[in-house]
Parts: sequence; structure tokens; C-alpha cells
Amino acid sequence: MKPSELLHPTPAGLYCPPGDFYIDPVQPVGRAIITHGHADHARAGHGAVLATPETLAIMAVRYGEVFTEKRQPLAYGEVVEVNGVTIWLVPAGHVLGSAQAVVEHRGIRIVTTGDYKRRRDPTCAAFEPVECDVLISEATFGLPVFIHPDTAGEARKLIRSTEQFPERAHLIGAYALGKAQRLICHLREEGYDKPIYIHGAMKRLCDLYEELGVPLGPLLPATIEKEKGEKDRFAGEIIICPPSAMQSTWARRFPDPVPAFASGWMRVRQRAKQRGVELPIIMSDHADWEELTNTVREVDPAELWVTHGREDALVRWAELEGRRAKALHLVGYEEDAE
Amino acid sequence: MNRFAELLDRLIFTPSRNGKIRLLTEYFREVPDPERGWAVAAITRDLEIRSVKMAAIRGVIASRVDEVLFDLSRDYVGDTAEAAALIWPAEHGANRQPSLSEVIETLNSASRTEAPAIVEQWFDALDASGRWALIKLISGGLRIGVASRLVKLALAEFGGKEPQELEELWHGLKPPYTELFAWLEGGAEKPVNAMKAPFRPVMLSHPVEEADKPKIDLDRMAAEWKWDGIRVQLVREGGEARLYSRTGDDISDAFPDVIEGFPANAALDGELLVFDPDTTDHFAVRPFNDLQQRLNRKKVSAKMLKTHPAFVRAYDILWEEGEDLRTLTLEERRRRLEAVIGEGLPRVDLSKRIEAADWDELARLRAEPPIDAIEGVMLKSRDAPYVPGRPKGPWWKWKKEPFLIDAVLMYAQRGHGKRSSFYSDYTFGCWRGDELVPVGKAYHGYTDQELKKIDKFVRDNTVERFGPVRSVKASRDHGLVFEVAFEGLNRSPRHKSGVAMRFPRINRLRWDKPAAEADELSTLEAMLPRQ
Repeated sequence: MKPSELLHPTPAGLYCPPGDFYIDPVQPVGRAIITHGHADHARAGHGAVLATPETLAIMAVRYGEVFTEKRQPLAYGEVVEVNGVTIWLVPAGHVLGSAQAVVEHRGIRIVTTGDYKRRRDPTCAAFEPVECDVLISEATFGLPVFIHPDTAGEARKLIRSTEQFPERAHLIGAYALGKAQRLICHLREEGYDKPIYIHGAMKRLCDLYEELGVPLGPLLPATIEKEKGEKDRFAGEIIICPPSAMQSTWARRFPDPVPAFASGWMRVRQRAKQRGVELPIIMSDHADWEELTNTVREVDPAELWVTHGREDALVRWAELEGRRAKALHLVGYEEDAE
Repeated sequence: MNRFAELLDRLIFTPSRNGKIRLLTEYFREVPDPERGWAVAAITRDLEIRSVKMAAIRGVIASRVDEVLFDLSRDYVGDTAEAAALIWPAEHGANRQPSLSEVIETLNSASRTEAPAIVEQWFDALDASGRWALIKLISGGLRIGVASRLVKLALAEFGGKEPQELEELWHGLKPPYTELFAWLEGGAEKPVNAMKAPFRPVMLSHPVEEADKPKIDLDRMAAEWKWDGIRVQLVREGGEARLYSRTGDDISDAFPDVIEGFPANAALDGELLVFDPDTTDHFAVRPFNDLQQRLNRKKVSAKMLKTHPAFVRAYDILWEEGEDLRTLTLEERRRRLEAVIGEGLPRVDLSKRIEAADWDELARLRAEPPIDAIEGVMLKSRDAPYVPGRPKGPWWKWKKEPFLIDAVLMYAQRGHGKRSSFYSDYTFGCWRGDELVPVGKAYHGYTDQELKKIDKFVRDNTVERFGPVRSVKASRDHGLVFEVAFEGLNRSPRHKSGVAMRFPRINRLRWDKPAAEADELSTLEAMLPRQ
């Protein structure tokens, strides 16, 4: 059996013919393995969903309790068989509940990383490398220009800015699942114990993180009463909102805000400038170039398949290293989902 | 170098002018000589580094980075310097970061063969921002959105001096400006400007408002045309001659014809204009658009010198043959100026005075000037000395009424800084048949309350989005009409409409006016200057 007979790309997503299931399908299918709760990977409307209990809980919060006909929770390390194909999930270190999917059949083992990173994240279990014949790696930051700096240093940069500009609110765009909670945890680790204000769209996910054992410290809604002087309440404070809210009318309630954005893309000045960011915070939940290449070296698979992101560069690197590699060109994953 | 790089980074991401000045003064306070002086030079002047050029930098990169990976990265990042700075795989063992002064001094004394290896070592020692700053320094032109004027303001603020004092000294100073900083910090006397033909800060005027008229005694005022060119200072001192813009930028290289046509040993204040080469008995002034062709160029072609010759129409004199004339009255200076110009110089003539007995007569002259290149009248107190800055009282400008046109809002773009959640930059159009043709763009003139209303209109009537821009519903029976005011109109082959407005702004919102009744493009074309 060739590896591509065990898993191969289709318009609906990565498909396993012997097991008759998809991994992170972009269209509704009969049976899906979901690696993590971000919207471009976890969609509603599948017949059955197999995922970690945390990912299932996140999907229920985002899509409502009836997001699938059948939930199949699978804790890290637990093994299950689907139509003769062996499956287990291993931590990916991307967000709470994120997993790599290990698929084994007739002596062939393929690992799909989903989205992952290697550096420490106080909100989720760390990535574990798994030996395999084929490693399917993401490549969101698959260019050698992407080297994410020390995360704690970026959190300190934000705290320092609130001290330098105590008269201005610090408005930080951060993805509502994962990035927001991780940023909060890093701020807490750096000694920031004041309340952090959050946009309404983030409340339920923050509550869920706390329920699942990730303490976030005091959080308050970033709402404002229509009384005079209320606006000043946010001077020098940290407010976290989804990136899309930064340019919405919602953002007008804050006094002369410092627009900040927590993302790996902030490494590129032009990107930060285009978004009108004054304080770029380089913080990513994806592996940077070094993490990607070190992971491939560490796992040392017989073959590397590269999906969403800058596939060409990672494939080029693998070829220079004398590795077998190809780009899968899966469609439907958001370029900027960060 | 990393501290300098940090300064550049922060300047790039800080849109507000006051924020930039704050960052610069902080830097001057924290960083010692000569480092801070070199930073000033790097930001305000093109420091030419001869020993290493971009081609050599590319060679250094290629020695350590796969070419395909670099190309993919550069395509993604969009800027060679930034891609190179980010991609550089630093080797261990280089831990001594060079200072900015060391970089400049070393590269200026290194040979072309030595320099690349030195740069390679620094690349290993610096972080990505430091490498970026280094490459930008080498490639020339930091382009970080900080004009030299802003740096001078920051220097003045840092030393608690008047900005004009800095302007006056500026061209005589040399990097790394240690004398200047010693003076700013109170440790030394003001440096003496040893340069010949220096710039002298200019005197500016206030606009005449209705309420000002009773305060202005016309009998004590001299009136002149307000010429539609650019304000310049033309100075010759012995063999040195220079032409300065009103902010003190040296623009001599772009106007060799003017420099050559000014033999007198004096500093004149006047208007730079372009004249028609086919009229020989006097300077027949061409519209501002013709002058525009010659601005913002470092060098000027022989053809341009022939088809667009420039001259200065002088109205004041600040210095002559070693004598500072600024303390004299306007009348006394005027006599000196007339004596210097005499029957006329090859590229300088005298701005003539106009006579008006009262405001009504002045208003008539202002409304119907003899040529298009006049944009109003000036009133200057006959007994006032020449005072740099904008003193209230001695000098007044009374500009022509602006042109007005009704146009329909077509596109809106999000603003920056405080306006980043507002659609505040508007493109508007006039009718050509059933089609709207964009005729201009404006981002001021409205109040905060009006901005909120326009923003809501944009959001409620969006047709399409293109990044930060939205196209807005605009048809004969639906659209928002702006009354747009502007100072002048030029022909412009680059615009679809064929015209370009000068200083357009939103004068009034015409919520009451149906879009179909906005102006036709032909109405606008009729306002073009006579050719």
C-alpha cells in the first residue's frame, strides 16, 4: 500500500479511503477528525466528529450543542479503530485541545500535525514528536524570514508601553480562540495583575478556558456607560478584541487608543503598517521557520508533505536537505487565520 | 546601532507628529555624542556610503542563504532590505554590536574589497532591526516618514530653543553636530554659522478674516499681488549662491538657471515662478502647474531649462554685502531691494506694488487679477521690520475666493491614527453623461460631527470593499453630494478626468441636493486656466 492510498487530498479535505473519514474537512462530510477548534479547521455540520474533549467543547461553544450528529471524544494517547484504521491523537501545542492526528494502517503511519508550534504555551499541552513514514506539516510561517521572538519579551513590550503611554488605552487585536488567552497568561506571568478588558465576543471562550483549568486572572467586559468621564476609565488599560473589531465602530469608545496586534505576521513591517498598527506584538500559535525545520529533522520522516501556507519554501528547504517532500495544495484554510 | 534601529522602528509605527518629536527628544537625551549626531544625519541627509553598495550586500546574503528561498521571501515581504535583515542566519561568535558612529566611520574609511566582510560580521552581531537599519543606511534613503523639519523641531524642543534658530544654523552645521548638542544642552555658546550664503528663517502672514478688517489700517499698508508659485530665498555671498525653500531646504541643484541669473551679493525673499520662454520683453508668468514640473527633482534636464525657465519675483531683501537689513522698516528695505534689482536682473524682477484706496477697490483687484498666476493680494505694514515666524499684525494675505463645485462621493478610505475607525478620506466625482468621473480627493474640511454622519453613510451604502477602501452607492438618484472648495485647477493627463485640483477640501455637505444635480465635468473644465 502506498501512503497516498491511506490519505490524500480531495476538494473536501484530506481523505482516508480505507477508514472513510476526513481530517479537518472544509465541507460537511459523514465522518471527520478535527485537529483543533479554529473555524477554518473545525466546521459545523459533519455526521460524526472525532476530536479531543476540549476541541469538542470549543466547537459546542462556537456552533451550539448540535454542531454534529455524533461526538466522539478521544483523549490524547487513547487509541481507536475506524473501519480497520488505527487512530490516536497527540498534543500539537497550538491551542487548548489541539492535536496531531496519527493514522496507521497495514504498517504505514501518517502523522497530520494540524496547526502546531514548539515553544511553551501556558494554555495547552506541548507538542510531542511522533515517528512516522509520512509527516504532513502545516507551513503557515514557512519562510526563513519568520523567526518569532521570545514570547515573554513581547508581553513585556506591551506592559512597558502601558507605562510609557498611561493616558492611552492599549487596544490589542488577537484571535479569540487561543491567542487571546495565551496573551493574557503571558501578561500574568510577567506580573500584570490588573484587570484585563475583553470584547464581548471573547467572553464565552475565556470562560471555557477557565472551566477547563486555565486560570486567566481578573477579566472585565470592555463596555462603557454613557456618562461623562467614563471614557477615561480605559486610559493605560489593556483591552483585547478580535482583529476585526479594531476598525469597527466599537473601537471608538476608547481614548486615543494605541492600536496593537498580536500575530506572527507582525514580524513584517509592511504588514504591520498596512493594518495601522502602532505596537506590533510578534506572537504566534504557529511554528516559525526554525520550529518547522527542526521538527522535520527531529521526526525525520521518510516523506514530508506540506499543506497550507508557504509550501514552496519548505519543500525547497527539504530538497536542499536531501529529503523527499511535496506540497499538497489543500484549499480552504485561511491565509491569515492567526 | 540597535538603539538607533529601535528609534527608527518606533518612528515608523508612530503616526502622530508629537509622538515622533517625543521619541526623538528622548533619544537625544539618552544617547551620547557622536552617536546621536550621526542619527540626526542619517535621518535628515542622505549619507553616502561609498565603500559598499546594495549589490555587495546581495552578494553577502547569497553567500549564506539559498537564492530560491531568498527570492520567495523577498516576494512575500516586498522589500529587499527587510527580507535580507529578517532572513539572515546569524552565526554564533559575533557578540560586539557596532554603534552607529562606528558603522559610519568604519565604512567611510574601508575599501570596497574590505567592506563586505565587515558588514557580514555586523550582520551576525546585530538583531533583525539592527540589520535592517544598517542595510537602509547603506542603500541610502531611510524613508521612514520623518522630514528634516521635524528633526529640527525636535532638536529645538530638546534644547529649549526657538525652531527658527535651528533653521538659521542648519546649513552651516556638519555631522555629527557635537557643537550643536553642546549648545542645546547649555554647555557651550551658540555655534557660529561659518557657511556662506546661509538660510534666514522667513516671515509669514495671517489670512484676512472679516473681523480683522477694522484693525488693519490700509493707509499704513503696502499692497502687492500674491503670486501663485513657491516661496523661496535666493542668496549669493561671493562665489556661493543658493536657493532655499521656505523651510530652508536647499533646492539650488534643481534651479541652476535662477542661480546663474542672480549676480548680486544679497539675500532676497520672493516667489519662484516659471515664465513663457517665447515672451522676451518681460517675464510672462506661467500657471503653477508648469512650475510643478520642475519641483521635487534633484537634477533638471537641458530641455526642461529651455521649455520651463524659472525666475524669482522678489519682494524683500534681508541682507546685502555683509549688512543684515532685517531690522530696517519695509519701506527702507524696499528702497534697497529696488537698488539691487535696478532695471532687472537676468532671472530676478521686482514684485510690483498695487494701489487701492479702500477695501472695496482692493476687493475688486483681488477678484479680477490681470493673470491666472495671482492668487490674491498681500498687505504689509510699511514700518515693520522683518520678523521671522508668523507675527500677528504686520503681514496679511487676502486670497481669492476658492473655486466651488458640487461633486458626488464615490469612494471612502479609512483614516489613520485617531481616525482609523472612520472612513475619512473621500474620492468624489462629477458627471460625464450618466457616468461619474473621479475629480479629486479630500480628507478635511468637515467637523467631527459631520465626519460621524459621513462615516455612517459610507457604512450604510457600501457597494464593494477593497482593503481599506469602500466604493459607495452613487447613481443619479442616490448619492451624497459634497460642496468641494479648491484653490485652483490644472490639466492632468494622469487623471481620468483630465484635471487635478489644488488643496481640495469638503466645504459643505449637501444632504439636501439630489446626486443628479451635482456638477458636470464640463463645468470644471471651464475653470481651467487659459492656456
